[in-house]
Amino acid sequence: MSIEIQAVSKSFGTFTALKDVSLKVPSGELVALLGPSGSGKTSLLRIIAGLESPDSGRILFDGEEATKRQVQERQVGFVFQHYALFRHMTVFDNIAFGLTVKPKKSRPSKQEIRDKVHNLLKLIQLENLADRYPAQLSGGQRQRVALARALAVEPQVLLLDEPFGALDAKVRLELRRWLRRLHDEIHVTSVFVTHDQEEALEVADRIVVMNEGRIEQEGTPSEVYDRPATPFVYDFLGSVNLFHGRVHEGTAQMAGLDLSSPENASAQDAPAVGYVRSHDIAIERDGNGSGAIKAEVRYLLSVGPLVRVDLVLSGSDRTIEAELPRDEADRLQLQVGEQVYARPRKMRVFVEDYQI
Amino acid sequence: MVGKGLHKKERKGATVTEPAWVRWLLISVALAFLALFLVLPLAAVFAQALEKGWEAYLAALKEPDTISAIRLTLITAAVCVPLNLFFGIVAAWAIAKFSFPGKSFLITLIDLPFSVSPVVSGLIYVLIFGLQGWLGPWLQEHDIKIIFAVPGIILATIFVTFPFIARELIPLMESQGREEEEAALTLGANGLQTFLRVTFPNIKWGILYGVILCNARAMGEFGAVSVVSGHVRGSTNTIPLQVEILYNEYSYAAAFAVASLLALLALVTLAVKTVSEWKMQQTISAAETER
Repeated sequence: MSIEIQAVSKSFGTFTALKDVSLKVPSGELVALLGPSGSGKTSLLRIIAGLESPDSGRILFDGEEATKRQVQERQVGFVFQHYALFRHMTVFDNIAFGLTVKPKKSRPSKQEIRDKVHNLLKLIQLENLADRYPAQLSGGQRQRVALARALAVEPQVLLLDEPFGALDAKVRLELRRWLRRLHDEIHVTSVFVTHDQEEALEVADRIVVMNEGRIEQEGTPSEVYDRPATPFVYDFLGSVNLFHGRVHEGTAQMAGLDLSSPENASAQDAPAVGYVRSHDIAIERDGNGSGAIKAEVRYLLSVGPLVRVDLVLSGSDRTIEAELPRDEADRLQLQVGEQVYARPRKMRVFVEDYQI
Repeated sequence: MVGKGLHKKERKGATVTEPAWVRWLLISVALAFLALFLVLPLAAVFAQALEKGWEAYLAALKEPDTISAIRLTLITAAVCVPLNLFFGIVAAWAIAKFSFPGKSFLITLIDLPFSVSPVVSGLIYVLIFGLQGWLGPWLQEHDIKIIFAVPGIILATIFVTFPFIARELIPLMESQGREEEEAALTLGANGLQTFLRVTFPNIKWGILYGVILCNARAMGEFGAVSVVSGHVRGSTNTIPLQVEILYNEYSYAAAFAVASLLALLALVTLAVKTVSEWKMQQTISAAETER
């Protein structure tokens, strides 16, 4: 089922959660709503589910008006950050709940319910824990039960609110890969909320980046990551360095470098901000040719396969951060206090007015 | 998880513990206090009640006026407790699960009977329904008796006891949040199914606790009932009023025999309260580990 959100606004008291948001989620896709807390992503998810109603705007399911439909009629599966399992019921009863509350006419027989629950238990690989209570399960197991419970009623749409937010790093990684595989199998239209950019980039077919109740950008993970539409998206996805300078008719001047910036061809000597991702900064021993900035190594830190280098630009006390693969760092044999050259391989320039 | 918790507790106990003599002193002071002000009077009630033997005890309870007082007390409790149960669940539900304007005002209102002297609560009803009251003349015209009759006793008791169940449920329901109910709704359950299958099992021990407290107070209420009852023997006397009358007539054995019923009720209440509190604690900590 496809979802269409048309000009939805929502405020809670004086806080505006959503401002005129419109979005289309095509049938069968896995879409991530990505943004910092307070960006309105959870409100949007709850409005799609029918747990909140929008102040204005419409929600369409498969092109049909669904704004006024009750939660129960929307046929959505909702997975909560804190699982929201029924604590007084066993795993089996939790998963069976949605089937047992159906009206008599459409309720499956006891045997059908049992078969279905066992199939779902197999799917979430918890077949031998059917009689446990939620309190006896680990976080990852609880979230899988919550997912199975939501899938039991065969929802048209699966909505997940920070589904891995309460789990520790390793379980989170496993579970999100599992979710991706699951989605490839069952292809139910899914929307999930996250503030973790890595999670969104890895799991989603499309990413919707939200900020302050608005959509900043939507696109495939590589579109959003490689061609951020706004400074916010640049800032939010990956670690990034900021340069201040000016841009004039397609050429930006930043930190003493002349860089071409064709997207700002019409700019007339405007103040601008340049964004360079940490891994787009190369470190060189000799700065032959133009395009490199003299800098001093201030700090070195190995983070797994990467080495993070803090550099102080000479002639100022500004610090930038570079990330090198470990073998590259080994080859350079960097020492703290050394003079090197930093070369931004890719810079995205935004005219400053844009930000305001 | 459990092991970790225990470990923490042990460590905490080891660093903040007091010397043994301080602990024993504090414990014995507390126990002595309890013995003097609780156990001793309770024992005295039963001793006095049985002073003239088992036969006299039973005879005192079989006295028609006493039987009528017991019946009235049971009727009062049987009306008040279900009404307050309904009100308590509705109010707690509204307060814990929704936000609406005037919410804190409602909470204050629920607490009102706690802060008003029971005598005043009784007088309020006399002011409203009494002969000189606002509705008095109209009631008399239609031959409806409220004050100095059973309806007045029930009204006054409802007023005095209505915070008990709501007050018990509000913190419990607040601690559990709304997510389980929301999950039930997204799974297609209607409101009633959600209440019966999700909300109720989580609050049943709190409900029992509240009902027990409410019942004990409904049966034992003296001040408010005393004002509106008119003390008509065999017709508008409840157990506490009957005890007072017997006592004032110097029939001590009978007075204490009837009083022992209330004391027994208190003991049962205590037992049920302990069990339900313990069960409730379990549900709350289960809710917390889930977070």
